[in-house]
Amino acid sequence: MEKRQFNIDAIVVGAGPAGISAALTIKRGGKNVVVLERAANFGSKNMFGGAVYLNSIKSILPNSYMDAPYERFIANHTYSFLSKSGSVDIKSSDFDDKTTATVIRPKFDAWLAGEAKKEGVFIAPKTLVKKLIYKNGAVIGVKTEQEKYYAPVVILADGVNSLLARDIGLRHEFFPNDMVLSVKETLKLDKGIIEERFNLTKDGNDGAMYEFFGGLTDIYENPYTENGSNIGKNKPQKPVTPFAISFLYTFKDTISIGLGVSLEDLSRYKIKPYEILEKLKNHSSIKRLIKDAEPCEYSAHLIPEYGYKGLGKIYANGVMVAGDAAGLINSAHFEGTNFAIESGRLAGETAVIALNLENTRYNILKIYEKKLKESFILKDMASYKNVVSALYSRKNSILNYYPEKMSEFFNLIHHVDNKPKKQKFRYFIWEFFTKRSFVEIFRDFKTFLKLFLDIIF
Amino acid sequence: MTDNIEKKLINVKYKTADTTHLVLNQEICKVCEDKVCLTVCPANVYKKHVSGENPNSEDKNNDTIDCIDVEYENCLECGACRVACPYGAIDWKYPAAGCGAIYKFS
Repeated sequence: MEKRQFNIDAIVVGAGPAGISAALTIKRGGKNVVVLERAANFGSKNMFGGAVYLNSIKSILPNSYMDAPYERFIANHTYSFLSKSGSVDIKSSDFDDKTTATVIRPKFDAWLAGEAKKEGVFIAPKTLVKKLIYKNGAVIGVKTEQEKYYAPVVILADGVNSLLARDIGLRHEFFPNDMVLSVKETLKLDKGIIEERFNLTKDGNDGAMYEFFGGLTDIYENPYTENGSNIGKNKPQKPVTPFAISFLYTFKDTISIGLGVSLEDLSRYKIKPYEILEKLKNHSSIKRLIKDAEPCEYSAHLIPEYGYKGLGKIYANGVMVAGDAAGLINSAHFEGTNFAIESGRLAGETAVIALNLENTRYNILKIYEKKLKESFILKDMASYKNVVSALYSRKNSILNYYPEKMSEFFNLIHHVDNKPKKQKFRYFIWEFFTKRSFVEIFRDFKTFLKLFLDIIF
Repeated sequence: MTDNIEKKLINVKYKTADTTHLVLNQEICKVCEDKVCLTVCPANVYKKHVSGENPNSEDKNNDTIDCIDVEYENCLECGACRVACPYGAIDWKYPAAGCGAIYKFS
């Protein structure tokens, strides 16, 4: 290694949770590290549904993790199955369980960066890395808009689009079925109203989150011509079910409402993401939850959904990739920031080992992959490797048929109409098995059983 | 509902860069029948070029009839268009450092 040409030990690209976690770990290992961030304000390019996991933050900041700018601690978690005009909800509450908290990313990421600075990590905001510098088959630095930085190890934590990882061939070009597009709106709502509406303690800091399945009805394939006008006048339009899961989170005096929708479906059906968002906001159950709330921000972000089977290379000579840039998430449980923090930490540990050995080539950096395999990250990703594709294949069942049937079942109990119950139940069961072919029910059963076995064994 | 995106974008804070960070290969766009970019973009950045709108353009021979106008100022930097474009016709980069969307609440 030509040691004299390096003025820094390590460069981290991106000051999100993965980058900061990596940088802190490297600094604590006695090495100099520089973090380069393209935004002028930390977190201002970042977007997520709304919640972080305290155990994860504690793992890198055991002393100060409780000082983070948490908005509300999730006390109510609701799984809501939306039918055409209502919903069936499964709600779990625990007001003492402070393990998940909503945060506003610009505030949270700025706090995280501040903690890293306190420990001597140098962070340069408003610095866009244009290219990696490559020499003799190894990454030896980065080129920003203004200057060049050289270091024996570079960690890419530059987010889902990671153009840098692609540029050096660590991963293939993405296809629409690799990605989910998330669109979200933040709405202002009086603190008191939030607490009353979501059954939260008055003047407390507990919060609520919802996951919604279904309810996005009357969406039609290809409803536009190129100039945006409707073409469904002559031929009947085909209703479609885009694969989308929606969410709502409560913050101090705002709420977020949004969804993640398969980019594959968006492209194939040519539907507009913000019109699906409007459909969601106009659903009769959701309308009540966001009543009188004033939109204050709209945002969009990609989610790397390719999972375990689509992972690219996460290390090469002089370089490692962490967080969203490496595609490390578990979308089934809305987990991403924890995967970012842990993978950043493991990449940081590996960097320190390699720097101490004065060898940052792939044969040492592969320790990073070994660490990922031993951690929950690749274990979870391996056991969930079929979840997204399996749910996608059964999307009509999950997002239409069962939510509708659940609602019908409860209506059957609630509607008193002087008919004997025995007759009504029999009719419901008869219809459940005859309205769709047996094959569909069999496929649902097979898919869910397989997923269950995948995850447990 | 068609104008709801305009209302949404008013709420996004931007620092607009001087030049576009999204460059299309218009030769491909002209012959592209999918034009997925027109619908997939969450910020409605891509619009079909209206001929004659630009007085400087020579539209007489319909040369720009199937071109795409890019309102890069509204870009939310999500990357959906780059992945969705079936022909890889979008040269997608980040805006210059410090420019582009500035989220306050997300």
